[in-house]
Amino acid sequence: MRLVRKLSPFLLTLVLCGTLVAQAASPAADTAVQGSQIAQLQQQVADAKGSADNAWMLMCSALVLLMTGPGLALFYGGLVRKKNVLATMMQSFAMMALVTVLWAIIGYSLCFGSGNSFIGGVEHAFLHGVGAAPDADYAATIPQQTFMIYQLMFAIITPALICGAFAERMKFSAMLLFMVLWSLVVYAPMAHMVWGKGGLLNASLGGRFPTLDFAGSTVVHITSGVSALICALFLGRRVGFPKEAMPPHSVVLSFIGACLLWVGWFGFNAGSALSSGSLATSAFVATHFAAATAAIGWAGAEWIRNGKPSVLGAISGSVAGLVAITPAAGFVAPVPALLIGLIAGVFCYVMVAMVKARLGYDDSLDAFGVHGAGGTIGALLTGVFATSLINPIFKDAQGHPLPSGMIDGNYRQIGNQFVGVLIAITLAAVGTYIILQIVNFALGLRVSTEDEVQGLDVTQHGEEGYYWEASMP
Amino acid sequence: MTKLETVIQPAKFDAVKDALIEIGVEGMTVTEVRGHGRQKGHTEFYRGREYTVDLLPKVKIEMVLPDHIVDRAVQAITSAARTGKIGDGKIFLARVDEAIRIRNDDRGENAL
Repeated sequence: MRLVRKLSPFLLTLVLCGTLVAQAASPAADTAVQGSQIAQLQQQVADAKGSADNAWMLMCSALVLLMTGPGLALFYGGLVRKKNVLATMMQSFAMMALVTVLWAIIGYSLCFGSGNSFIGGVEHAFLHGVGAAPDADYAATIPQQTFMIYQLMFAIITPALICGAFAERMKFSAMLLFMVLWSLVVYAPMAHMVWGKGGLLNASLGGRFPTLDFAGSTVVHITSGVSALICALFLGRRVGFPKEAMPPHSVVLSFIGACLLWVGWFGFNAGSALSSGSLATSAFVATHFAAATAAIGWAGAEWIRNGKPSVLGAISGSVAGLVAITPAAGFVAPVPALLIGLIAGVFCYVMVAMVKARLGYDDSLDAFGVHGAGGTIGALLTGVFATSLINPIFKDAQGHPLPSGMIDGNYRQIGNQFVGVLIAITLAAVGTYIILQIVNFALGLRVSTEDEVQGLDVTQHGEEGYYWEASMP
Repeated sequence: MTKLETVIQPAKFDAVKDALIEIGVEGMTVTEVRGHGRQKGHTEFYRGREYTVDLLPKVKIEMVLPDHIVDRAVQAITSAARTGKIGDGKIFLARVDEAIRIRNDDRGENAL
């Protein structure tokens, strides 16, 4: 025992030396082991980021669906007369079913397939090749299937927005046919041009006129808003408009709907970062700020003009602000977001309360006044306030960020935004006019005057939102 | 027998009802109604569109009373419902020929 204790330092040295000699003897094998460990770690880091991004994007997909039903369905449902509440809600709900099927068959492929500058190809028809593997051109860290389902929710709400223009007078069957054609003829090309591979306006994938449209003012709001105006003009006014009073039957329902829209919009805008990092945070903050100042702007304008700020004005303003910040979220800092919201709130109030009244068209629920006008002002203001500090989307050959918007010194961007807006307006107006002609010829667009007076709930769906005998004991 | 058809401000209903019960009125029929007399309505704005609301919420009380109590009932209603402003409401009086209690065929003032 004593001998061992005396010898122990010596023995320890011997063992250590042996180890070192053994390590030095096989340097190549050891590097390979380290290399594979590093690769394994890198894979684990990528997997963790992928999981985080995927969790966020699935959450956002659900939030965007929440905007259509119940959000938009309640918002629009409250604004119509009692006899049309179900028919109006059904229009939004029908999009959740109809556009989904269309998306699986061909819609996704036409929007996000390779194709040309104007429309996607058919390689993803029936969702062929859309699986767990990411499509690195769009979102490198999430399954393409997640990207697909997220984009579907946008394709659902966009046509649903148009329903506000022809509320209380369009045949349900004609509405369905119109929406199928509109999704293919107007939405798919516009989405491809702005967001698709090789699209004419795509800012991040080298389009010829790089339009900054973070979450879809051209694709979603200008197309739907302008199409709404064409629909309102083509179908004509509701029976009795403007002589007969047609106040909203329940601002309470609209209030709940607008609040759900505000919450769902975080999925719409912050989710458009397509990842869960700081860009999503930036878009989230900008979205919220713009909604707040726009509510103040619209209600404030009413307060000055009518002496009272209305609840409907405040919630309509917040929606207008959310529309206007949609292209800008993800490109602008929080303070410009406050400004964009305020401008949009006042501007949309003027469009709805003054311009519409003067021109006399019956855009029943102001789909054009809020989405068309708000989307346009937002798209143009994005060209003003976009900054590379928030999102360095334009880069030189060495990968250094280039100026984004006017406040960065890139004055040309205003021009690019104009091109994007003009293309969206033209495509929506021409496409919608042609589709309306076709549907009018095939099915007829409007219900009969008697049906319109009786209400769409009973005449189109055979039921009532508020069954009167239900109040009897 | 006299029928009193009274239209008053909804906010005054409880005071009127208590005053009537106090003088011995035993039954009444009450409905929530809308209407206007000389009173002007108000305007509402929905997205900048102005709507004139001239039919305002009122409460209508219908009673058929024995003649001897009618004056006191009118007194009770006017003093309980009066604010002195336009829109306080009206009382209409009309002769009633007959009254019948469905339960037992009582007629006239016995049926009231």
